[in-house]
Amino acid sequence: MSSTIVSLPDQSTARIPKVNFLTKENGLLSWLLTGDHKRIAILYLISISFFFFIGGALAGLIRLELLTPQSDLMATDTYNKVFSMHGIIMIFFFLVPSVPATLGNFFIPMMLGAKDLALPKVNLLSWYLYVAAGMLALYAMITGGVDTGWTFTTPLSTHYVNTNVITTGLAIFIAGFSSIFTGLNFIVTIHKMRAPGMTWFRMPLFVWAHYAASILMVLGTPVLAIALVLVVLERTVGIGVFDPAKGGDPLLFQHLFWFYSHPAVYIMILPGMGVINEVISTFSRKRVFGYTAVAFSSVAIAVFGFFVWAHHMFIMGVSNYAVLVFSLLTMLVAVPSAIKIFNWAFTLYKGSITFETPMLYSFGFMGLFTIGGLTGVFLGTSGTDIHLTETYFIVAHFHFVMVGGMLMAFLAGLHFWWPKMTGRMYPEKISQLAAVVTFIGFNFTFFPQFILGTLGMPRRYASYPPEFQVLNVFSTAGATILGVGYLLPVLYLTWSLKYGEIAGNNPWQATGLEWQTQSPPLTENFTEIPIMDHEAYDYEWLERQKEKEVTSVG
Amino acid sequence: MSEQHEQEHEHHIVSPKIYVTIFFALLVLTTATVAASFVEMGVFNPIVALAIAVVKAVLVVLFFMHVKYSTKLTKLTVGAGIFTFLVLISLTLADYFTRAWGRW
Ligand code: HEM
Ligand SMILES: [Cu+2]
Repeated sequence: MSSTIVSLPDQSTARIPKVNFLTKENGLLSWLLTGDHKRIAILYLISISFFFFIGGALAGLIRLELLTPQSDLMATDTYNKVFSMHGIIMIFFFLVPSVPATLGNFFIPMMLGAKDLALPKVNLLSWYLYVAAGMLALYAMITGGVDTGWTFTTPLSTHYVNTNVITTGLAIFIAGFSSIFTGLNFIVTIHKMRAPGMTWFRMPLFVWAHYAASILMVLGTPVLAIALVLVVLERTVGIGVFDPAKGGDPLLFQHLFWFYSHPAVYIMILPGMGVINEVISTFSRKRVFGYTAVAFSSVAIAVFGFFVWAHHMFIMGVSNYAVLVFSLLTMLVAVPSAIKIFNWAFTLYKGSITFETPMLYSFGFMGLFTIGGLTGVFLGTSGTDIHLTETYFIVAHFHFVMVGGMLMAFLAGLHFWWPKMTGRMYPEKISQLAAVVTFIGFNFTFFPQFILGTLGMPRRYASYPPEFQVLNVFSTAGATILGVGYLLPVLYLTWSLKYGEIAGNNPWQATGLEWQTQSPPLTENFTEIPIMDHEAYDYEWLERQKEKEVTSVG
Repeated sequence: MSEQHEQEHEHHIVSPKIYVTIFFALLVLTTATVAASFVEMGVFNPIVALAIAVVKAVLVVLFFMHVKYSTKLTKLTVGAGIFTFLVLISLTLADYFTRAWGRW
C-alpha cells in the first residue's frame, strides 16, 4: 500500500501554463471589473480572510478578558461590544460566505463543465455588496460598536441600548443581499449550465450541498432582512411591532430572526459538508458510499431546517405546546446530518486511505462535527435545554460545529484545491503539522467550555465566579495554540505562491471535471466543452484515461 | 394551464387587453379595500383587508410578472417561496394561538 497518492509532474521540466486566468489580463481594473468566477472567488478569498483575522483578534480579546474572574482588561460594556462584533463578523462576514463564495464560486462551474456561473455580473455585484456591507460594519465598529450580541434581541436592541444598532443592522441587510445573489446564481447555474451528460445524479456531492445551501440563502435571507428593517424602523420611528405598549410583541422579532438564523447554521455547514465529500472520496480512492442518500440528505437538511427555529426560544416565553412540537422537530433534523457522518465512515471502510492535509482536516471535521451535532440534540431536548441554555454549553456547541466543523472544512477545501487555484502545491509536512495543531488547540479551547456550561457559567459576561477560573485558563491557553494553527497556513500558503512545487493538472488523482484541465485553469475553464460520460467518483474511469494517455504518447 | 412550453426562451406575448383588465381589476379591489375599512366588522376587518390584498398580489404575480405563462420550474420556484412563507406564518401563529393554553 502506498502512503501517498500525490503524482506531481517532473519538477525540472514542469512549468505553470503561460496562459491562465491569473495571467490573462493584468492591472487592478482587470480584477475589479472582472466577470470571471475564478477571479471573483479570489477577491472573496482575500476579503473573507481579512474579516476572519479581525474577528480572530476580537476573539483573542475575549479570551484574554476571561483569563481572570474579574473584568479587568476592559470595561464590561466594552466586553459586550467585543463579543458582539466578534459574532457579527465571524458569522455574517466570514462563515456565511466562506466556502460558497470562494471554493463554490471557483469550482461549481468547473465541476459542471461550464465556462462560468450563469450570471457573472450578478456574481461581481454580490462581491461589491459584500465589501460595502463589510466596510459599513467596520465603520459601525470604529465609531462606537454595537453591544446587542449577534442576535439583536428585542427589546434590548430596540429600547435599551444606545450603540450603533442601525448602522450594523443595515450592514447585515446589505450582506444579506450579497448572499442571496450568490445563492441565486448557484441555483440558476446548476439548473441551466450543466455540461452534456452531466445529469443531476452525476454531479459531485459538493454541488448538491451548495444547491441545498443556496435554497436556504434565497428563501431564508429575506426574512432576516425584514426583521432587521423592522428593528431599524422601531428605533427610528417607533412603529411598535416589537413593542407591547403599542400592541406589538418582542418575541415576534425572535421568530423572524431565528426563522433565518437556524437555516443559516445550515448555510454555514452544508457547503463544508460538500468539501468533506470530495476530500474523503479522493483520499480513500472510493466512490462516496450511498451517493443518493448523501445528495438527498443535503436537501432534507435544507427543508427540515425551516421547521425547527423555535428551539432557540424555549425559555423565552413561547407557548409550551410550541416548545413540545419544536423539540420533536429538532430531533428530526439531526437525522440527515447523521446520515452523512455514517456514509463518510462507510466510504473510508476498506478504502486506500492516505493522510494528506485535506484528509487530516476532514477527520477533524468528522469528529468535531459529531460532538457538536450531538450536543445540539441535548439543547434541542426542551428539558435539558432549560439548564444549558445561555451557558457556555451553547458556546461550546456552536463552536464545535462552526469552528470544528465549518472552519476545518474550509481549510480542508482550501488545501485540497490550492494546487488547482494557484498551480502550486502547499508544503505538505508543515501543513500536516498545522492541521494537527489546530485540532489540539481547538479541543483545548472549546472542550472546557462544555464543562463550564454544565457547571452553569453563563455566556456573555466579562466576569465569573473564581471557581471557574481553571477551566477558563485552559480555554485561553488553547486559543493561543489555535491562533498559531491558523497563522501557519497564512504563512506557508503565501510562501507557496512563489516557491511551491508545480502541481500539474491533477496532483491528487481526483475524478472531478475541475481536475481534468490545466492548473491554474484557463479563463474559459476548458478548451472544449467536456462531455460527462461516467458517474461521479469513478476511479476506474480515471485509470482508463491514464492508460489512454500513455498509449497515445507511445 | 395545460399548455406546454418546452422552450423557455419562447416569450409569451401578453395582449394589452389582459393588462388593462388586470389593471382595472386592481383598481376595483383597491376601492373595495377602502370601502371595507369603513364597515365595522370587528375582527374581520383586517382579515378582509388581507384577503383582498392577497388576491391583488396573486393577480400581479400571475399576469404582470408573467408567472402564468412561465415554465414549470419558474412556477415551482414561486411555489417554494409561498410554501416557506406559509411555514413562517403558520408555525409562528401556532405559538401565539397556544400561549394562553397554559401547561400541558
Ligand atoms: C446537527 C444538529 C443540530 C442541532 C440538533 C442543534 C441544536 C441547537 C439548539 C437546540 C440550539 C439552541 C440552544 C439554546 O438557545 O438554548 C442551538 C444553538 C446554536 N446552534 Fe445548533 N444544532 C445543530 C447543528 C448546528 C450547526 C450545524 C450549527 C452551525 C454551523 C449550529 C449553530 C448553532 C448556533 C450558532 C447556536 C447558538 C445561537 C445563539 O444563541 O447565539 N448548530 N443548536
Ligand atoms: Cu438552531
